[in-house]
Amino acid sequence: MDTVHARFKEKIGEVLLPGDVFSFRLPEDGDGDGNNIKTEKIICGPGFRRNGEEVQVCKSGILRHKQPNLYWIDSQQRRYVPAKGESVIGIVTAKSGDIFKVDVGGSDQASLSYLAFEGATKRNRPNVQVGDLVYSQFTIANKDMEPELVCIDSCGRANGMGVFGADGLLFKVSLGLVRRLLAPQSEIVKDLEKIFPFELVVGMNGRVWVKAKTVQQTLIVANLLETCENMTSQQRQTLFRRVAEGSL
Amino acid sequence: MRDTPLSNCEKRFLLKAIEEKKRLDGRQTYDYRNIKITFGTDYGCCIVELGKTRVLCQVTSELVPPKDSRPTEGIVFFNLELSPMASPAFEPNRQSELLVLLNRQLERCLRNSKCIDTESLCVVSGEKVWQIRVDVHVLNHDGNLMDGASIAAISALSHFRRPDVAIQGRDVTVFSPEERDPIPLSIYHMPICVSFAFFLQGSYLLVDPCEREERVKDGLLVIAMNKHQEICSIQSSGGIMLLKDQVLRCSKIASVKVSEITQLINKALENDKRIRKEGGKFGFAESMPKERITTLKRDEAPVEMTDVKETANDIVNRTETSTEAVPSPVLVAAGTAHVGEGIVNSWGLDEDEEDEPQTEDRKTDEVMVISDSEEDEVVILNEEAKKSKKNRK
Repeated sequence: MDTVHARFKEKIGEVLLPGDVFSFRLPEDGDGDGNNIKTEKIICGPGFRRNGEEVQVCKSGILRHKQPNLYWIDSQQRRYVPAKGESVIGIVTAKSGDIFKVDVGGSDQASLSYLAFEGATKRNRPNVQVGDLVYSQFTIANKDMEPELVCIDSCGRANGMGVFGADGLLFKVSLGLVRRLLAPQSEIVKDLEKIFPFELVVGMNGRVWVKAKTVQQTLIVANLLETCENMTSQQRQTLFRRVAEGSL
Repeated sequence: MRDTPLSNCEKRFLLKAIEEKKRLDGRQTYDYRNIKITFGTDYGCCIVELGKTRVLCQVTSELVPPKDSRPTEGIVFFNLELSPMASPAFEPNRQSELLVLLNRQLERCLRNSKCIDTESLCVVSGEKVWQIRVDVHVLNHDGNLMDGASIAAISALSHFRRPDVAIQGRDVTVFSPEERDPIPLSIYHMPICVSFAFFLQGSYLLVDPCEREERVKDGLLVIAMNKHQEICSIQSSGGIMLLKDQVLRCSKIASVKVSEITQLINKALENDKRIRKEGGKFGFAESMPKERITTLKRDEAPVEMTDVKETANDIVNRTETSTEAVPSPVLVAAGTAHVGEGIVNSWGLDEDEEDEPQTEDRKTDEVMVISDSEEDEVVILNEEAKKSKKNRK
């Protein structure tokens, strides 16, 4: 039986391009039996757009599926679009009154209130300079309003957020790689840890900050992470092993 | 859209790295990034890649009346454009400071050095001359646009061929490429720009700065030179004080770099000419590397589990015989062996598909063969574990 589910299912793991279409319309069978039409629910994640009786693909990438009926496109795009609840690395670009303007790599700058830091009061302002890095979370992110960031959780704790990065290196990778890095039990991070110790901050906006003992080691980690973009796990492991052996 | 600001931490890190003579991409102080020159299917069309910086140049020609002041000289027109595609910071149709600077520098480098014979572009004195238009488009901005633009422009000019013309009395006939072979421009020499970035008031110097290095630089020195070591133009910006020795040293470095780049351009031109003659495939599409985003895609391969043990044993036997051929496996850690010499960097090489026997032997957990490049081979034999397993059996 040709259902909409089946149409999606047969494409799982395949590359889809913008313009590809999944139609809801079922083929006209000879019997015309209206009884076997069931309502099906499909949740379309990023990369899909509904247009009448069809679902259009609007990003290029690999079709992924999660039980029972969630489908999305895993794209390697680099442009970040803010989404509520995501943690990002921002760069403070301006201090104006009681808010900081923060660049998060999106189309618009986000605002961050100076009260949205742990322990901050009207008297006790946080020490944030222009050009500093902040790890923060979106509380407001929609297409019609200026996005808003906070550096505290709902209990008022910093919970790892706030200003960071006195030294170390910030660089940009694709959003796909960031998601791979942030996945629980990420293989890349596990493999990388074996080489030498380092600190790593990953923002959902594609920014990655690393710091190792020396400048050289920081550069090695940064370059390794950048090259992970287009490598199979086998290639990566071989490469990392070579680096660990010091042959590169 | 506004540009991504440079954070304090990047700035500090870059300067610290420069002090330690390290660069972001692992280059040495005087190293250029990889230069790649590819020609399109049309004459006079060329893309130059300088690391991640990409510049496209297209040369076109047109018959126009000459300028009144110079009735016997052809016209060469340069136009450099920064599209928002190169960097979100570039706005379309806006004369930014950088754009004016680059245009001016390109003209100084190529027109004022008189590297193109403009008199040979004259068709009928005072009436018809060739106008050569050089359009340079920046496709991606990762620093050092000037060098990329100058290499692209001179490569495209050397590659360009104008249609042949015949003059009979006052009639001018322009022949199509099918009727008569087009004629290359006469180019006397190839001026090429070499950029030097100075940091910390001129105490450190880098050749071919990338975008982030350009952002923390204090000053920039651009030297245009040809392979005969003649300086065609020299320009210092950023307002730093340079010593005479520094400028002289820069010009020496430039002469080395220019001769290297000239060789590269000539090689690329010859290559293109040869392929065109042989009738092979040429153009941009042929020279694009295939970068895959599907490396993480895993095809579901049905694995037959009936005779895993036999096949695995078979593989064990085969791999053991192959390691005997290698004289001295390097023991890196217990249970690992490193085979082969001259380990080369295999980043970005195309991956070998994992074939079925390998998936099988991974399941039995006895031997793991990892091969990713055609030149060397890394074999890991879990000797101890295997022996103990056999004993147990």
